[in-house]
Amino acid sequence: MLTATLKSLLSRKLRLVLSGLAVVLAVMFVSGSMVIRDTLGRSIDNQFTGAYVDTDLHVSLKPKVKAGTGEKAVVPPADPAMVERVAKVPGVGAAVGVVKAEGARVLGKDGRLVPGTGGPRYGESWRGEGELLSLRSGSEPRTDTEVAINAGLAKKGGFKVGDRIGVLTSEPKQTFTVAGVFGYTEGRDSIGGEQTVAFTVPVAQQLMMGEAGGFSGVKIDAASGASVASVRSALTKELGAGFEVLTGKELAKKDSDASRGVLDLMGQVLLGFAAVAVLVGIFLIVNTFSIIIAQRIKELALLRALGASRRQMINSVLLESFVVGLVSSALGLAAGVGIGALGASLLSGSIDGLAVGSLQVPASAVVTAFAVGILVTMMAALFPAMRAAKVAPIAVIRASATTDGKGRKQTWTGGVLFGLGAVLLALSLFGDSGIGMMLVGVLLVFVGVALLAPLISKPSVWALGVPFSRSLPGQLGRRNSARNPRRTAVTASAMMIGVALVTAISTVAVSAEKSVGDVVSHDLKADLMAVGESGSALSAAIDPAALAEAGRSAGVKNVAAMSFDMATVGKDKQPVVAWQDWSVARDMLGVREKQGSIGSLAAGTVVMNEATAKSRGVGVGDKITVQLQRGEPRTYKVAGIFENTALAEGLVVPWADAEAGFRAKQPSQAFFELSAGASVSEVRPQLEKHLKYSPEVSLKTKSEVLDLYSGGFAMILTVVQALLGVAMLIAVLGIVNTLALSVLERTSELGALRAIGLSRGQTIRMIMSESVVISLFGALLGIVVGGVLGLAVARAMREQGVTELSLPWSQMFTYLVGAAVVGVLASLAPARRGARLNVLRAISHG
Amino acid sequence: MTKLYGAGEAQVAALRGVSVELAQGEFTAIMGPSGSGKSTLMHCLAGLDAVTAGDVFVGDLQVNGMSDKELTRMRRSQIGFIFQQFNLLPTLTAEENILLPLSIAGRKPSKDWFDRVIDTVGLAGRLAHRPTELSGGQQQRVACARALVSQPEVIFADEPTGNLDSTSGTEVLKFLQYSVRTLGQTIVMVTHDPNAASYSDRVVFLADGQIVDELREPTADTVLDMMRKIDVQARVA
Repeated sequence: MLTATLKSLLSRKLRLVLSGLAVVLAVMFVSGSMVIRDTLGRSIDNQFTGAYVDTDLHVSLKPKVKAGTGEKAVVPPADPAMVERVAKVPGVGAAVGVVKAEGARVLGKDGRLVPGTGGPRYGESWRGEGELLSLRSGSEPRTDTEVAINAGLAKKGGFKVGDRIGVLTSEPKQTFTVAGVFGYTEGRDSIGGEQTVAFTVPVAQQLMMGEAGGFSGVKIDAASGASVASVRSALTKELGAGFEVLTGKELAKKDSDASRGVLDLMGQVLLGFAAVAVLVGIFLIVNTFSIIIAQRIKELALLRALGASRRQMINSVLLESFVVGLVSSALGLAAGVGIGALGASLLSGSIDGLAVGSLQVPASAVVTAFAVGILVTMMAALFPAMRAAKVAPIAVIRASATTDGKGRKQTWTGGVLFGLGAVLLALSLFGDSGIGMMLVGVLLVFVGVALLAPLISKPSVWALGVPFSRSLPGQLGRRNSARNPRRTAVTASAMMIGVALVTAISTVAVSAEKSVGDVVSHDLKADLMAVGESGSALSAAIDPAALAEAGRSAGVKNVAAMSFDMATVGKDKQPVVAWQDWSVARDMLGVREKQGSIGSLAAGTVVMNEATAKSRGVGVGDKITVQLQRGEPRTYKVAGIFENTALAEGLVVPWADAEAGFRAKQPSQAFFELSAGASVSEVRPQLEKHLKYSPEVSLKTKSEVLDLYSGGFAMILTVVQALLGVAMLIAVLGIVNTLALSVLERTSELGALRAIGLSRGQTIRMIMSESVVISLFGALLGIVVGGVLGLAVARAMREQGVTELSLPWSQMFTYLVGAAVVGVLASLAPARRGARLNVLRAISHG
Repeated sequence: MTKLYGAGEAQVAALRGVSVELAQGEFTAIMGPSGSGKSTLMHCLAGLDAVTAGDVFVGDLQVNGMSDKELTRMRRSQIGFIFQQFNLLPTLTAEENILLPLSIAGRKPSKDWFDRVIDTVGLAGRLAHRPTELSGGQQQRVACARALVSQPEVIFADEPTGNLDSTSGTEVLKFLQYSVRTLGQTIVMVTHDPNAASYSDRVVFLADGQIVDELREPTADTVLDMMRKIDVQARVA
């Protein structure tokens, strides 16, 4: 039985190679993403090793608001009393209060920010020369107007000792003299692409911690003779909860983890690709094995007649799939390592001075590659295997049937899965369930549609083929594509998945874009906006004094400035915003009152949108306690609730609290409403002059802001369309497979057609039409499923400001055209084969 | 005509210098034991297989040396086929199958001729049926109609009754005979069945790749006698 299996495996190499390719692709993405993460991850870790060689232990206060991935938490300031308290703990040799925090941005000679190099921008207190750093030129900062900068920053900005540099911190621009340039151990200019400005201690405290006397932490040297571990436990015992005690190594790890954020994102994108490849690949494998079994009915029946048991039949097919999975996984792993190496070297270019270490292939990547590859292949082959086992021995003498059975069971299963998927989706979209349930729901819907597709494949293919039926080859092709509804459906389903995903995401994107566009053009009264280039509200800062002056410019009627941050309410993170003048902002943004009063924001009160009120379960008059980044938790009374709008989100707190409690004290966005008669072109240059020293923001008109917004979506769509490319590639393999089989099955038919005068060209066109019809059917299914899915998701995002529903017609049309092209491409090889058949041999083929 | 298969030691001669002229408006049967080369002869005549040496003409057209395009054109207008396995397209109705050669060639059927062909094969009531809904005899009659409808110079029939019971077979043979005598069609049929050959006007006997004899106005008995004679000669040799 084993020999028989392996022999038949080898005799169908091509078909197996095709189905194996899907597995190869899936495994490639899975292992590639792991290799990239590991290789770059270690390279980044290497950069940070030694970042705290001068620190045995480090004590800091726990952050008030937990940081998200890739973000650094804001460490609350520790007072000098804490340094003294730490110094008294047994085993502590030296305890020094230090300041080190992100957010010191240096302006270059052109007045713009010195370009980043992938690392953080630190502002710290001068810690003195020592094991970690040493001066390359100049001296340490001695006065409050002097700073030392690291060599990496000096090189990037072209600064040397004696230069005057502008630095933005939690305060607006201040100017300092470069007293010294320092480098790190082993002659390094920068650690992980970081830029550091070292101030004197009082200046660092004021600018970086926001208060005099505040430290970000205490640097501890263990007393000689005391082990770091014992000092650590003593510290933990003495200080209790609310403090974080870390070794130098752990601190370095924390820094490198924050730098790894981009890797996580990258890894997730690649895993998404892998998931799609796996999903589409499953359809391809099911199809291939079904085809192989249909082709081998006689052979299987013979084996049964010779006494093979059903179990042996199943095992035989599963063994085949195991071999295919094993070989494909190995190839996929090799390709993944290749992609990983390529990706790592490409990505490392984006991080300055990152030396990519040796290629890392983690054991987990190898294990995952084989587990995914083999399991997926065997699972996909199980159903065809079970069908193989059902072949009756009598089939050996019966002519093999090439049409499918009714598949009533399949229809039922499909219906149930589809229903279940739809329910899960609805629950996750409109209830409180998480994204996991949504993914499962989407998966079930896809599988359900694929199983139900044979029901509609005959009429759909029939209808889709109408344009082809004007010519005879087209007509024959159209009829052929309707011959095996189940095979057509499985083949088309592979195409469906990719198209459905992209259509769904496009639908959400255009709906969101249209909603925002509507709000901006109808509700927003601002004519010019100062927003961050990156579109991120967190990083940008606008000098409040300059803003106030800008607001007094001729032609400006009103200014509204806002700041944004993350806070904690209860245990959850909650976005919070503050407006410098809420009553002006409210009017400029066209915010509509829903309940209570949103007129003005008195101290101790908040207003919020409906979505936030709902998710927090509060109403007007209720109390809500908010933990901002700095300071103690504040309890507010809910003064009013406003209608959801894309322009004003979340929870609005009074400006004074934002200045005291937000990560940044300065506004990050500003909106300008012009007086009647003033023109944008006149006012804009004046405003630009005032905002010269707030280089992180630039002035934009309404339409420019919308472009910025669309640009974000365009980028997401590009990634998703690349995903579609992968899915389509696999779907093409499926179509090639199905067509190749059709050609084989209908060899004698093709021979007869050729004998009665069908030319090679007509044969090619016939097979091509079949291919295009199947491909279009898949794309159409995808567009319908994806469109409905997208509309459902967009509808569920109404509280996030997606109030309009819109379908991406032009993209949907493009996908259809793309599918037609794919159909043509997929048919090339099988059609050539069909056209090249030897007429004589084809006729006598059986 | 000479036709060789394979090369070197394994070379087999299927036809060794066969020269034969098949008259227009005649029903010719090619007979011979299996391996005698009768199918190869027909395939070479029809341009389905290329001769190794010699020339083949259908009417004025030289078949050997034709490109695939020319062969296709010839098959469309000059040649009709009837196969042992019927070879109808399962997706098409009987009528569509019959009209297929004309559709492929992009020609319009002549209504009168079509009706006459349908009438002759007696399929008037079955035109909307698909091949799977027809009996073997009916399917072969559809195939005959398909060959006739384009009014080719010659129809090649490869064991047309090989897959039919004797009643259906007789029907088909009578109908082939009728189309030669009444409609003036030229038919060349390969068969190993003496009874089938008896419906033809002329029987050409092949043995070992050569024409050994021929009969005019055959009956089943004279054909059978001739077969026995050839068989004995072969054994003596």
